[in-house]
Order: sequence, then C-alpha cells, then structure tokens
Amino acid sequence: MITELGHFALVLAFLVAIVQAVVPLIGAAKRWPGWMAVAEPAATTQFLLTAFSFLALTWAFVTSDFSLRLVVLNSHSAKPLIYKISGTWGNHEGSMLLWVLILTFFGAMAAWFGSNLPPTLRARVLAVQSSIAVAFFAFILFTSNPFLRMAVPPFDGQDLNPLLQDPGLAFHPPFLYLGYVGLSMSFSFAVAALIEGRVDAAWARWVRPWTLAAWIFLTIGIALGSWWAYYELGWGGFWFWDPVENASFMPWLFAAALLHSAIVVEKREALKSWTVLLAILAFGFSLIGTFIVRSGIITSVHAFANDPERGVFILAILAAFTGGALTLFAARAQAMEAKGVFGMISRESALVMNNIFLAVSSMVIFVGTVWPVVAELAFDRKLSVGPPFFDMAFTPFVIALAVILPVGSMLPWKRGSLAKTMLPLWPVLGLSVALAGLAYAMTTGESAVGPLGVLLGVWVFGGALVDLWRRTGRGTGRLRRLRRLPGADWGKAVAHAGLGITIFAICALVAWQQEDIRVAQPGEPFTVGRYDLILHDVTSARGPNYLSTVGEIHVFRNGEEITRLFPEKRNYPVARMPTTEAAIDYRFLRDLYVVIGDAQAGGGWTVRTYIKPFANWIWGGCIIMALGGLLSLTDRRFRVAAGARKAPAAGVPAE
Amino acid sequence: MRALRWICIALALLTALPAAAVQPDEVLDDPVLEERAREISKGLRCLVCRNENIDESNADLARDLRLLVRERLVEGDSDDEVVAFVTDRYGEYVLLKPLTTGSNWLLWAAGPIMFLLALATGLVFLRGRARAAAPQEAGLNAAEEARLQAILDEDGRAGR
Repeated sequence: MITELGHFALVLAFLVAIVQAVVPLIGAAKRWPGWMAVAEPAATTQFLLTAFSFLALTWAFVTSDFSLRLVVLNSHSAKPLIYKISGTWGNHEGSMLLWVLILTFFGAMAAWFGSNLPPTLRARVLAVQSSIAVAFFAFILFTSNPFLRMAVPPFDGQDLNPLLQDPGLAFHPPFLYLGYVGLSMSFSFAVAALIEGRVDAAWARWVRPWTLAAWIFLTIGIALGSWWAYYELGWGGFWFWDPVENASFMPWLFAAALLHSAIVVEKREALKSWTVLLAILAFGFSLIGTFIVRSGIITSVHAFANDPERGVFILAILAAFTGGALTLFAARAQAMEAKGVFGMISRESALVMNNIFLAVSSMVIFVGTVWPVVAELAFDRKLSVGPPFFDMAFTPFVIALAVILPVGSMLPWKRGSLAKTMLPLWPVLGLSVALAGLAYAMTTGESAVGPLGVLLGVWVFGGALVDLWRRTGRGTGRLRRLRRLPGADWGKAVAHAGLGITIFAICALVAWQQEDIRVAQPGEPFTVGRYDLILHDVTSARGPNYLSTVGEIHVFRNGEEITRLFPEKRNYPVARMPTTEAAIDYRFLRDLYVVIGDAQAGGGWTVRTYIKPFANWIWGGCIIMALGGLLSLTDRRFRVAAGARKAPAAGVPAE
Repeated sequence: MRALRWICIALALLTALPAAAVQPDEVLDDPVLEERAREISKGLRCLVCRNENIDESNADLARDLRLLVRERLVEGDSDDEVVAFVTDRYGEYVLLKPLTTGSNWLLWAAGPIMFLLALATGLVFLRGRARAAAPQEAGLNAAEEARLQAILDEDGRAGR
C-alpha cells in the first residue's frame, strides 16, 4: 500500500512540476502577480510529494519488501540496516529518485529563501528549475520506474553489489548528487537572467551561494569516492581517471571557475556573459556526467549497467536543456554589456586566467573521456584513453594554476603591480624553493614529482596564509582583526590552503610510496621500509552476509610492536563476489596499508604491504577546501543581500 | 536458517576465487627487469576488465599478459619491443596511453589548441577592457540603481 502511495505521489509531483514550469513563466511575461505566485506553493508541494515517494521506497528497502522488483534486485534480508537504507540509492532507479528529490529540494529552498528576489526573476527561476524536474520525472516514470511490482515475489533478494556495502560509498552518492543537482540552481538563475535580459552585481550575489553550496557538496562527494577507492579496491590507488570519476570532476572544475567569475560580476560588473555561459556549462556537464554514468556508452568500473533507451532519453534531456540554454544565450548575450574597466595586471585578469585554466583543463578531460567513442564512430579505431594521457594532458594546467594562484589572489582590483604584490610573497617563494631543494636532496635519483609537489604545495599554502594576514592591515591589533575578518576572506584563504595541501599530498604519495609483494610464512618476520611485519595467523570468519578470511599481522618498528592489522578477503555468496578489505594503520605522516591474498600451494599467504606517505593529506586537503567554501557561505553579505535567513547549506538532509 | 547457511557456504566454495594483481610467483629475480615489467604493465589495459591496467587487475587474462611481458623482457626485448609485441596481438585497444599517430593527433593537440584559443580570446578581451572608455550607459533604471546601492551599502556596513 505504501508503495502504491509512493508511486502515486511521484505521478502527482510530475503533474505539479508541469504546472510550476508553465504558469509562473507566463505570469512573469504578462506581469500577472497571481500566476507568478503559483511557483512557491508548487515548489513546496513538489518537494513534499517527492520526499514522500522517496521515503516510501526507502521503507520498502528497510522492510525488505520483495514484491518490489528493485528491492529483489538490490537487497537481501541479511544485509545490515544501514546498507538497506543506502541500497535505496545504490541502483539506477533509486538513485534517479534521489536525484529529483534533491532537485525539488533545491527548488523548494529557492522558494523559501528567495523572498528578496525581484518577483519576475523568482518566478522564472522556479519555473526553469521545475522544467528540469519535469524532464527527470518523465525519465523516471517512463524508463526507470522504481515502484514496479513482481508478479511472484521471491523468497529473498539478490543482494547489493558488495563493493557498495561500505560506509564511504553509502554516503558518496547523496553528496555527489547534492553537488550535481545544486548546479541546476545556477543554471536556472542563468536562464532566468537571460529571459529577463539582465545580469548585474545583485544577480551574481544571489547565484554565488548556490554555486558555492553545490561546489562544497561536489568536493566532499569526490573526496569520499576517492577515499573509498583508496581503501576498498585493494592497492591504494585514489584516482583512476575513470569515465565516471571524470564525470564528477568536470562539473567540479566548471563550478570552481563559476565561483571565481561570479566574484568579478559581483564586485566589478564585468565577465557577465561569460559567467552566464559558465553556469550553463557547469550544469550541462552535470547532465553529461549523468549521461555517461547511466547510458553505459563508455565502459567504466562504477557505471550502472544500463540499456541504451535510457541513454537516449538522457541525451535528449541534455540536448534540450544545454542546447536550449545556449541558443537563448546566443540570442541574448549582447544585451549584457560589461561595465568594469581594468588593466592587464589586475585581480580581474588573474581571475580570467583562473577561468581559462579551469575551463580548458575540464574540456581536456572531456575530450579524453569521449575520445574512445569518437574514434570508434568516426575513425573506426578501437582504442583506450587511460591515466597516462590524463596525467600528461591535465597536470600542466594544475601546475600553471598553482603558480599564478597566490599572486593573482593578492593582486588589487582594477590595476595592480606585480612587483608590489610579490613583495610579501618573496619569503614564501624562498621557503618553497628551499624545501623543494631539501626534498630533492633527500631523495636523489627519484622522480622530480615529489620536489615539485613540495614547491607548489608550500607556495599555494603559504600564499594563502600571507593573503589572510595581509587583510588585517597594519599596526597593532592585527590578531584581533584577523578574528573579525569577514567569512569570505577566511573562506578564500582556507580553501586555497586546502588546495595546496591536496596538491602536495598527491605528488608526495605518487613519488614516495613503497611497495612490497611476497609470500609470507606464518611466524616468519619480513621487513618493509622501516617496519618489520609478522603474519601471525590466518583465520576464517563470518559476517552478516559474507564469509571472510582474516589475516593477523603484527607490525614492529625498532623491535617495538606499534600495531596489529587484520586485512580481510571477503566473499559475498549471494552476490557471488569477492572483495578485499585492506587493513590500514592511519598515521599523520604515512599510512601502512596491508592486503592479504591467496593461500599458496607451498604454504604461506600472499601479502602486499604499502607505505603511503601523506595519504590522509589528500582528503584532508579536500575537506579543508570544502570548509573554506562553508566559511565563505557564512559571509554576512549573502544573508543580507540574498535575503536568505539561513545559508543554503544549513539544514540540508545529507542522509 | 541452518539450511540456508550451508547453502551459502557451499556456494562460497563453488565460486572460483580470482587471483589478485601481481602475484609473488610472477615477480622476476632481477629487480631492474621487474621494475621495467611493472612500468610496462601499468600502460597496458586488461582486456576483460572495464577500466584497469594489467598491473592492478585481478583477472586471469591480466596475469597471462603480465607473465608474457616478463617472458619477453627475460628474452632480451626492449620496452618498446614488448609493447609492440602485445599491440600486434591485441590491437591498440590495450594501450592506455593512446598512440599519437593518425587521427589521434587531434586528441593530443586538443589541450594545447584549446588553451591557445582561450588565451587569445582572453587577451583580446582583457585588452579591450583595459582600453574601454568609461561605461556609457547604465543597465539599470534609477529605482533599481537605488535598490542595488542600498544592498551594497548594507554589505559595506556589515563586511568591513
């Protein structure tokens, strides 16, 4: 019964969305207040109906209602409760429902907190947002209905893919979708502004918090996914340039570019049309990401296996929205004349460079991701584009970005001088060169990646600190003023510092990790780096829905036992899939990463040991970046100007 | 439930457990040669997996390819010869680093070309901005200008 109600609520939400997409738009064009006012209650209703529908599906998963096809395919009665809940979105249909739930949630947020917007703009934003919802409601109802029943319910389900039964991955999709879908708000604002024919500083100020919130969630989502890959896939890789990873990385880069260009619109009324274009592209790439993941056109480790029909449907949505928005953009872009005037050496120019690096690097990833398909269709070549390509083609842009970041972020608006801006930065540059030299000297003969990482990391991190300190002015009382700096200043410094940390950590891990593969005999010690390990014992264990082989490894340093690790090899009999559970000794400066393999014919077990320097810093840096975004969101001007009584990120149900 | 448990265990035993990544018995005695083998393996795609190189893959085919690479290296092939040997048999699909030949120049040149275009556009725009005269017309009418000013003023008081 609850299932049917959920299904019904979804259909109702679809109808409400159609009304909300049409009526306010006509109202805004004709200046009819009553028609425009339809948008708000409709947005709220739409959200509540979708939320009910989603809860109904969750309920079916929690109670293991095996009369539902989706539950049979993706759940099992013996699965732990948390994975029954996360199983709701661990499949194509359920994750699409979560997708629209978040979409309607953002629409409702715009209705609740948008009272300060001009009424026509608000009506148009909500109508555009709702038209996206119409497309995705139709997609769910006509191609991917999660509420289909089984004629003959089976005794038990077929279990969730064991790789997904993991806390890191359970909450990875909600964050990622909050990011992807959050960009729909920027898109709706951009399209509404194009219809209105006007973009100004106030518009940029309304858009920025939404973009910022989306970017924060994307950052966290990507970091969670990467961390999951690190500990779950069994050899400690953290980024594979897999199509699905790229699908999340491209919108992230565009969102980052959009954040920066919106600052120029807000402060200087320049880069208007470019900012609108970026807003369209950022959400366009979210849709492309959705297409890549769902269509199965590009093979990937993570993709949901899917049929082409859905792919075509999403492609049509993608073409309609991006194509439509770009056509509108082409027709209206001239209407937005830039006002700000500035010199070649200025903050504006630096932000233009930032945008060029971010946008081009994102396009490079896009070309590399779709190239196998293009080559096969157009040139009849079956080929692969793998990590070596992306490493070579993408890295130069990051290096260039890191090099200009500290200088650009401190240049004054309108007109600046490189010499003056560099003055407080010379010590940082000196320090980073010195530390890079030290790193080079200590690791002679190894790759230059490590020292380069030290150089860029210290430069960006130190530059962020100098920038923050300089904001406090001169004379006494600087520390006191530091505490009272606006959220935007803190956010900028913290986010940039986080980027520096991540850049350094990635280089350090790639350059300095150690690996050891061997057959370990129980009781016989072996040495990896500065550590002595003994495989003490190997036992069998049973989990709720898996069988496990557990190794017990004692780790010594200088004869003292520092930890015991229990790497596992699990087998999920229902899903018929083995997984490796690495045992990791997390430390501040390095991770000790141990994986147990098969029993050998001659006795003993395969054991892989890795020493991974600064591994945690990669995700630590990402979290610090996200924290910087959050600090920026707390800036008072967003609440005052955007009329939002609360920052948009507050009260977002992440689970 | 007891019956179910036994079924589970039986199923578990029946399911063949694949080997995992590089096995100790594959490792060559000569560390220099092994290092080369690892480097080559990282550039070769596992054909039956979805997006993994043979160095990281658990599939049996990947193991066969790893052994093949090492065999060729022991027989004295250079790195390029080993890669050519594998490519001759499996096609350029196995190469994770795409060739630069034929239509692929477009892929490799895409980054630099897009960057130069963007840079040129950016520079033209920046020069225009630097030269532009003062703004001729305001995009806002008087009431909107006042409202915008009010918002900005409020921010000024709140901010710094």
